[in-house]
Amino acid sequence: MNCKNVVRELCNYLDGGLDSNLQQSIEIHLEHCEDCHLLVDTTKKTIQIFCNSEPLPLSEDIRTRLHEALAKRLSKPKS
Amino acid sequence: MEPANAKVAPSQATPIDNEAIYVAAAKAGDVAAFEDLVNRYERKIFRLAQHITQNTEDAQDVSQEAFLKAFEHLPDFQGNSRFYTWLVRIAVNQALMKLRKRRTKEVSLDEDIETEDNFMPREIEDWGPSPEQHFAQGELAGILSRVIGELDPAFRLVFQLRDIDELSTEETAEALGLSVPAVKSRLLRARLKLREKLNRYFQRGVSQ
Repeated sequence: MNCKNVVRELCNYLDGGLDSNLQQSIEIHLEHCEDCHLLVDTTKKTIQIFCNSEPLPLSEDIRTRLHEALAKRLSKPKS
Repeated sequence: MEPANAKVAPSQATPIDNEAIYVAAAKAGDVAAFEDLVNRYERKIFRLAQHITQNTEDAQDVSQEAFLKAFEHLPDFQGNSRFYTWLVRIAVNQALMKLRKRRTKEVSLDEDIETEDNFMPREIEDWGPSPEQHFAQGELAGILSRVIGELDPAFRLVFQLRDIDELSTEETAEALGLSVPAVKSRLLRARLKLREKLNRYFQRGVSQ
């Protein structure tokens, strides 16, 4: 296992799609390679930060327009 | 025997199980129940549309059209996936149609994208335990929106669906008309690029 292979398998490693041998080889490499350890850690944090981020509330103007448009169209009987 | 939740009023049900009740009611034509689903997902759908189109007006149109289409096609929704996943697919289609109509360079989502198999990350620094907590919520949202907006659309879209909207790799591939290997390759590149962009905000010593 080398650093290039860790990068190539990064998503499978983070998403849990690796067979146990490959997983173990990566974990052994991570114990000894500071750069790869940090790369895995900061990539994982990148995903978590985006995944946990709440979308901002819509501005009152945008929200009103969206709901008015929907109300107008949804109240029309289907032709 | 009646289903266990047949008599549960929407207000008494938990947010997770009451979605099915609202979807069923909306399917039967209950506009108020559908409005509840709109309230629940409007911010996420608008953010998705904004990330794809990179334009506030287009994002408004896309959100509106996506919800209307969802309402019209609710009878076709079989419940094989989460309602939200189904809604996301509709919104993605609407957003891509909007982009194609614009006929800009940005519309190259399905072209071959250079993914450089030998791409090696740079700027590998320690971020500390919870780097995002050093920023106020609004400030963090601004940073995330800025860095994702800097990504190539082909990478941005895959990251958006896979890691923000939490679709599976297969669902992402289906929604974008890409192969699974293409999704995986773009996802890797998107994650690495975003990590690198966030590094300037989160590396130890910058925000602490």
